[in-house]
Amino acid sequence: MSEIPHIGFIVAAYLVTAVAILVMIGAIVIDYRRLSRALSLLDAARKGGDGQ
Amino acid sequence: MVNLANPTAFLAVTRRALPWLALATAALFAVGLWMAFLAPPDYQQGETVKIMYIHVPAAWLSSFIYVVMTAAALGTLVWRHPLADAAQKAAAPLGAGFTFICLVTGSLWGKPMWGAFWVWDARLTSVLVLFILYLGLVALWRSIEDPGRAARAAAILTLVGCVNLPIIKFSVDWWNTLHQPASVFRLGGPTIAPELLWPLLIMALAFTLLFVVLHLMAIRNEILRRRLARLTMLAAAEGDALAHRFAPGGSGA
Repeated sequence: MSEIPHIGFIVAAYLVTAVAILVMIGAIVIDYRRLSRALSLLDAARKGGDGQ
Repeated sequence: MVNLANPTAFLAVTRRALPWLALATAALFAVGLWMAFLAPPDYQQGETVKIMYIHVPAAWLSSFIYVVMTAAALGTLVWRHPLADAAQKAAAPLGAGFTFICLVTGSLWGKPMWGAFWVWDARLTSVLVLFILYLGLVALWRSIEDPGRAARAAAILTLVGCVNLPIIKFSVDWWNTLHQPASVFRLGGPTIAPELLWPLLIMALAFTLLFVVLHLMAIRNEILRRRLARLTMLAAAEGDALAHRFAPGGSGA
């Protein structure tokens, strides 16, 4: 495998792509969880307020 | 027919469609990568041609996402579609991400083939301008507090910036560049051998489907962000002491 010319460039290109894609997925998933949690907390707080 | 302009209907459709789309994306990536690594080496570039299977789809997507944003900008300014600005805002960071992949993998391909990581030729420079445009749009959305004003300003900048798309596409024909001319989408048909072309097309489809999945997820986030902002304002108007905790960008969320 290491005898393939320029193998370092090929591996680096695929690694950078994988990391960039994972960062995009991660950012969107974390944002979704944060928003969902905030919405459910706010909803619960409002319902609690209505009940008092 | 589901009215996707309705945010609630959009959320319901994406909730059902996203798992299947994500599964199809993963399957396409598995098949595309398998075909790419089994594909024969290029007669001139050797195994370095394997970078093509990620660089070219990322390059296509970087322009395609800007086309999507241009359509969304028209939707915002002309048709005032309720989800157009959310679609535009959600696409900009993804466009920046895929253009980043295109630039870095191109650079890593260029060094062994051209002897340089970077040259200021027309294709590379116009793609760098596209990357800066994406970053500028993300910054614009973040710097204007009023969402309506931010959407209109971003839409105008997007429409101005779309002049860069034909420059990117035809730069290799209009100027003498180190970057090779088009070899897939050209009038005389592709010049690539089918053994290399098929993995490339599968990878391009996988990248495109990945963008569709991420874009739908990001639009869903925008809808939730707006819902949160509206509910927070409502709670604030009702004197809810908890409202500040959940304000978008606040410390509680």
